[in-house]
Amino acid sequence: MALTGLQIYKLLPGSSKNAEVKKHANCKECGFPTCLAFAMKLAQKQVELAQCPYVEEEAKSQLEESAAPPIRLITLTAHGRKLEVGHETVMFRHDKTFYHQPGLFVKVKDTQADAVDIAKAVNNYWVDYVGMCLALDGLAIEADGGDFAATVATIAPLAASPDAGGGHLILLTEDPTLAEAGLQAAKNIRPLLYAATPTNWQAMAKLAVQYKVPLVVATPKGSSLDDLANLADQVRAAGVEDIVLDPGVRDSRGSVQVLTQLRRLALKKNERRLGYPTLAFANNDPILAAQHIAKYAGFVLFDQFSPATIYPLLVTRSNIFTDPQKPIQVQPGIYEINNPKPTSPLMVTTNFSITYFAVANEVESSGVPSWLLVADAEGMSVLTAWAAGKFDAERIAKSINSTGIADKLNHKRLIIPGHVAVLMGELEEALPGWDIKVGPREAVDLPNYLKLVANS
Amino acid sequence: MIEIPLEKWTGKVREITLGATAAEGGTRTKTVTVGGETTLPFLEFEGSLPHATAIAIEVQDLPPTEWPTLLTEVWGEAMQNPGTWAKSAEARGADLIFLQFTAHDGLNADHAKKTVRQVLQATGLPLIVFGPGQADLDNDVLVAVAEEAKGERLLLGACEDKNYRTIVATALANGHLVNARSPMDVNLAKQLNILVSDMGLPLDRIIMDPTTGALGYGIEYGYSVMERQRLAALQGDNMLQQPMLVTPGEEAWRTKEARVGADMPTSWGDGVERAINWEVLTTSTLIQAGANIVVLRHPESVKRIKKQEFI
Repeated sequence: MALTGLQIYKLLPGSSKNAEVKKHANCKECGFPTCLAFAMKLAQKQVELAQCPYVEEEAKSQLEESAAPPIRLITLTAHGRKLEVGHETVMFRHDKTFYHQPGLFVKVKDTQADAVDIAKAVNNYWVDYVGMCLALDGLAIEADGGDFAATVATIAPLAASPDAGGGHLILLTEDPTLAEAGLQAAKNIRPLLYAATPTNWQAMAKLAVQYKVPLVVATPKGSSLDDLANLADQVRAAGVEDIVLDPGVRDSRGSVQVLTQLRRLALKKNERRLGYPTLAFANNDPILAAQHIAKYAGFVLFDQFSPATIYPLLVTRSNIFTDPQKPIQVQPGIYEINNPKPTSPLMVTTNFSITYFAVANEVESSGVPSWLLVADAEGMSVLTAWAAGKFDAERIAKSINSTGIADKLNHKRLIIPGHVAVLMGELEEALPGWDIKVGPREAVDLPNYLKLVANS
Repeated sequence: MIEIPLEKWTGKVREITLGATAAEGGTRTKTVTVGGETTLPFLEFEGSLPHATAIAIEVQDLPPTEWPTLLTEVWGEAMQNPGTWAKSAEARGADLIFLQFTAHDGLNADHAKKTVRQVLQATGLPLIVFGPGQADLDNDVLVAVAEEAKGERLLLGACEDKNYRTIVATALANGHLVNARSPMDVNLAKQLNILVSDMGLPLDRIIMDPTTGALGYGIEYGYSVMERQRLAALQGDNMLQQPMLVTPGEEAWRTKEARVGADMPTSWGDGVERAINWEVLTTSTLIQAGANIVVLRHPESVKRIKKQEFI
């Protein structure tokens, strides 16, 4: 059972009876001001016990059991990049947040003539979404009767472009000989190995230990969660700590159910044998991939690389894994909408994402070429930011000056949101020579307003 | 033995029927029932989910001038007449017809009556009717529609806190339902349900509408509000047990990602496929959060959502 913060505190140096240990009480080396504060964080499973260098051995085993996060963090590495999956603590994002986005991989077969081309395309793919760079995580290479080791050897060294995030690998084969050849070919990175099954687990576990890679434990369709837990337990007993689960369910309805059950068992029942992230196949189905993203997969394998599908999937993942505790902000700066010219109107709004989206979307759909200046209002909406003093004449003037927008225009007219019409006087003072116009109060009225401006 | 943890939900989403057949005082050839869930979407192992998500296809009173060509092309001539459009929507798999009135000079009570009559005659499906979204116009249009279609169990919207009285009164008088829309906020949704039901409209005639954000444009806010509203319903909050309607079609097709242009970045991929994906993934994600009625625009999206086994 999980220990409370106070129970944990009794096992930390702060409460030790050993003077050698006690002298490290509240040493702050863990990054927290007191042992008690650290204990509270441990109880919430937000930190690792390893952050305390002085915890006593006998306390350690007791604590490790309780301090281990309910879903283990699994890390893949490639070309100096890390992909971390797991460590989730809630069923619903509104309960706190989802911490680690599932890895999104494109699956290719070693018999596919274009496997390497796809790998290059995947690794170099990225898309800009409100100032964030969204990218895939890498390739899953399936042994299908081709030259598996050679395919892996060709793809593994392909580093992603600096903007992209990819370059990670998942090796799919149930044949331990092929698996070893693949691991050899990918020995400069830390791939995920798929999979240990009821028939090959001993050999696969041995490889995972030898090559220090995480291993997927997979049970065939129709297996129970007991089968999965027992197999994971055997693999763990064989020395593999980094485990990923595949319960073998492939249909969409069944996947939501079983992945929900696994998440509940880990979080609510503290079922250690199943306290690992999961891997799910989405085939060619973007709806299924989006479902896996929202409902509890740690790794999602998708069978096609098509930007028209990948882009919305990456946005889905980014949206679901946005921290609901923090208002999502867009990058302050100048946004060009509908290819603006020096004569095009200039508007200003705040960097709260919903405000930005509302404004940008309406301007976009109006078809009127425009400049949108997004001021840094600490992620607040127009009225809230104004009330909090984060969207005042001084801040707006600062954005105008720091972005150098004036150089792109042949006019000095700034349209401000109708809700802050009161700022007009102060802005005219703060921005000498500028003509301040009051726009509509609501974004939805922007298209009509802009059409009037454009025609005047 | 591993025991699957089951949540002991005490509440149930209200079952609500749209449309009325001749025997029930209307003229619909079929009705659509939504709601009735006793657990979260797709979790049949711990509860019942008696009705699939219903798909409404949007038709407008006049051919839309601001829709991207990708949409107008696919509906073609059918858009010239709302009746023909509705018939075509029915043929493309709609469970419900969503009739959207738009703001224009010819919008008045007579136009509204004539239009809803055309649609009622063209299709046997239940109707959802929305005004153009401006309080005065909405009231004029929806009162005319409600009277013209008395007894049909239409779903009238959008009914918002700043303008609900007239719409609720006409729904009460003419045997219709209302779509109570609140701005992505659990408490405001509950408050509006209370206001509407305090006017005497039974709870089995209120659908709640959390307001929809498209993928990439605030979907996560709506998604979490919907999850919270559904959890509140299952935990027994009587005033949040209404089925939920969302409008992913309208929202997705407003995004720049759905507007096919020559100057889009190559990382955005093929325009047609991207636009459809935007509508489809907005919709499927909201279904995960508990949407009972989804209003769509493109027939290919309808096909893909219907094909999914979870529908």
